[in-house]
Parts: sequence; C-alpha cells; structure tokens
Amino acid sequence: MTETEKMDPKELIARRCAAEVKPHTLVNLGIGIPTLVSDHLDEGMGVFFQAENGVVGMGRRPPEGMSDRHLTDAGGSFVSAVPGASTIDSAFSFGLIRGGHLDLTVLGGLQVDQRGYLANWMIPGVYVPGMGGAMDLVTGAKRVIVAMIHSAKGGQPKIVPECSLPLTAERRVDLIVTEMAVIRPEDDGLHLIETAPGVTVAEVRAATAADLIVRGDVPEMDLSRSC
Amino acid sequence: MYQALTVDEAVELIPDGASVMLSGFMGVGTPDRMVRALADAGKKDLTVIVNDAARPDRGVGPLVAARCLRKFIGSHIGLNPDVQEQMREGTLEVELVPQGTLVERIRAAGVGLGGVLTPTGLGTKVAEGKQVIEVEGKPYLLEPPLGADFALIAARSCDYVGNLTYMLTATNFNPIMALAGRVVIAEPEEIVPVGMIPPDAVKTPGALVNHVIRRVA
Repeated sequence: MTETEKMDPKELIARRCAAEVKPHTLVNLGIGIPTLVSDHLDEGMGVFFQAENGVVGMGRRPPEGMSDRHLTDAGGSFVSAVPGASTIDSAFSFGLIRGGHLDLTVLGGLQVDQRGYLANWMIPGVYVPGMGGAMDLVTGAKRVIVAMIHSAKGGQPKIVPECSLPLTAERRVDLIVTEMAVIRPEDDGLHLIETAPGVTVAEVRAATAADLIVRGDVPEMDLSRSC
Repeated sequence: MYQALTVDEAVELIPDGASVMLSGFMGVGTPDRMVRALADAGKKDLTVIVNDAARPDRGVGPLVAARCLRKFIGSHIGLNPDVQEQMREGTLEVELVPQGTLVERIRAAGVGLGGVLTPTGLGTKVAEGKQVIEVEGKPYLLEPPLGADFALIAARSCDYVGNLTYMLTATNFNPIMALAGRVVIAEPEEIVPVGMIPPDAVKTPGALVNHVIRRVA
C-alpha cells in the first residue's frame, strides 16, 4: 500500500485541492476540509488568504498564548496575519468577493448536480445553518472548487442529477474534488477527469447518482505537485 | 465633548420592540457589555440585525438565551442551538440574508441609497418574491435598504469627540452599522484624549456617534 492510499480522506482532498492554487493569487477557504488546503501550500508561493470577516493575508494559528481576540478566521478561530496582510470592513470584504477580485474559493458541499450547481447551506426541516458568505463566494469568485466527501453519511450520493436541496447559486462550479475523484462540470455534463489512488472508474460511478462522462483512460490523481 | 453613559443608562434608552444593529462576527467586535446589560434588563421583542447568531455565550447569544428577541436578521445561525430551538417553536422569526447582501443593505440605509442590485441569490430561495432588474444585459436582485433604531458599535478606541477606531477583524460590520443606526451608541475598549487618534486612523467620525459608553473602571 502506498502512502497516499493510507491518507485520511479529508487530507487527500485538501492535498489535491492545494495543487489547484496558483502562486500570487487571492484565495478564500471555507470551513472544514477547505481550511486544510493551506497546510499543503508553500508559504513562499505568495498566496494571500482572505477571510470574509475582514482579513487579506490570514496566517496560521498563533503559538499557544499568543492569540489576539481581535483576529480570527471566518469560523471564529484565532489566526495570525502574514507580513503584508491588511484588514478591511465587511463591505470591502464582500466587495472583493462579489466584485470578481477573488481568484479562487474552495468550499464544502452538501450536493452538486449535473449542471455543476452547488447546494451547501441548508437541509429543510433538518438543519438550517444559513448561507453566511457562501452565496456571495459562489456568485463572485473567479474560480469555485467544491471539496467534499463523495457520499453522505449512510452512503447517499451527493453528486446527483439535480440538487434536491436549496441551491447556493445558479452558477456552475469549476471543479469537484472528493476522496474518490476529480470531476469537472462542463456544458455537456460532469467529466470524470481523475480517480483517487486505488479507486476504479466503476467504483466512482457506483457512488455517483449523476451521469459521469469518461473520455479515454482516466488518470490517477497526482498528489505530488503540492508540498 | 461627550458625557459618557454607564451601560445601564444606555440600556434605558432602548425600549422593548426596538430594532437594534449589533456588530460583530462570531462575537468578535460585538459590544459585549451592552449585550449582557440588555439581556439582564429583560428587554422584549427586539429585532436584532447581526451577521451571525454566534454561540449561546458569545455575540448576540446572551440576548437569544434570555428570550429578548422577536426577530433575527442575519446570515448564519448554525452554531447557536438556542436560535434553532426558538425558530422551531415559532417564538423567534429568522430572516436569513447572504452576508454580502446584508452588509450592503445596511450600507444602503446608511448612505441614503434606495437599495442594492446584487447578483447574489439569483435563482435561489433568497430571490423568492423579489424583483429582478436587468442592467446592461445582466440580471440583479433588488434588495431593500436595512436601517435600525439603534446601532451598537464595538470600538477599539474612542476620543472625547467620539471618533472611533477598530482593530483587525473586530472591524467587520462596525463602521457600516455606525452609518445606519438612527441612534449610534459606541462601546469602546479605551477612551483617549482628542488628538491621540490621528485623522487618517479614524474609521468612524465622531459626528456619527450619539452616545459613548464609559470604559471599564
């Protein structure tokens, strides 16, 4: 068994997403798996992380006892700021997001459908957390990647013909990264473009309710590009 | 020059049934002393406009726990079970607004605009019952301005004429809400003499601030 086959599914997703982050860009990472993406990036890449509560240039968790209660990420956890960071108010922060100044956002998902539409903010009658900044992020970011576990607890598919949960935006996301596969939504549907190490195309199809388009041999995820 | 109010004096200004803007993001940059005093005073039927419901012991949490709210307008309630419970009971009305839309609606009220045209929410539940307006070939949702009777502001520093500064991510909704409350009450961490805050560092001019809360002795 290789090292990647033993990798925690969330770590695998984060590592694959990290390979999508380009140097010298402005990036927003959502709560949960997306937050892990920064752990797989070289600090020298010149990537600035934006958090919607108003920081451009968010850094890692501060050393024990060194946190400041005025500086947190969008989940309310203490963070640090990198050299060159700036802080902004909420209107400016969402101006960056909605105004097309954000190069990439990586967000979690409850469902993604055949059209590439994402649902990630409520399960009617069960749990209503609210959309927070998700609708603005999906509407406004230049590139949207959904990072999620392939199936729901209990095994129900999350990649479906049409979202049954309320949509986050009427916008086709750019990429779906799971612990089983990388899927790219396009005009003609969902293209299966990579499988995770040790996962077959048939296994991905079996765990996916939406049709997947497969052109030729599907390569295995390259997890060596990130650090 | 302000006569700084005690927290209790400030709370007396706010009647039951008032609409109150409360700054903060997960309780960071929230005027906590005002929140606790409003909860202790047993205020009723408040409409609160705040980014998120934080947690039961943070941000707006104590006001929810003390059942002071009739309506909550904000973007996220997922980490406060009290809100979820009161919403299910039907005792608390919740209006969820995308965060970027929320801040722009508040800004619109504060700067005299008749609303906001935003692409956020198009084709979702948020668009239900709202007008879609096309500008230069692109559709936008028309979102109305959102003002309030009071804006409660958490500042880092305040000088004797009410100029305010904020710190790091505790800034968030504060400078926007300071424009949009008909009465603006600032709760600073420190009060400093005029001249201590350089003009370029002032984020909310004192002209917007009606009352200042005394610092903790």
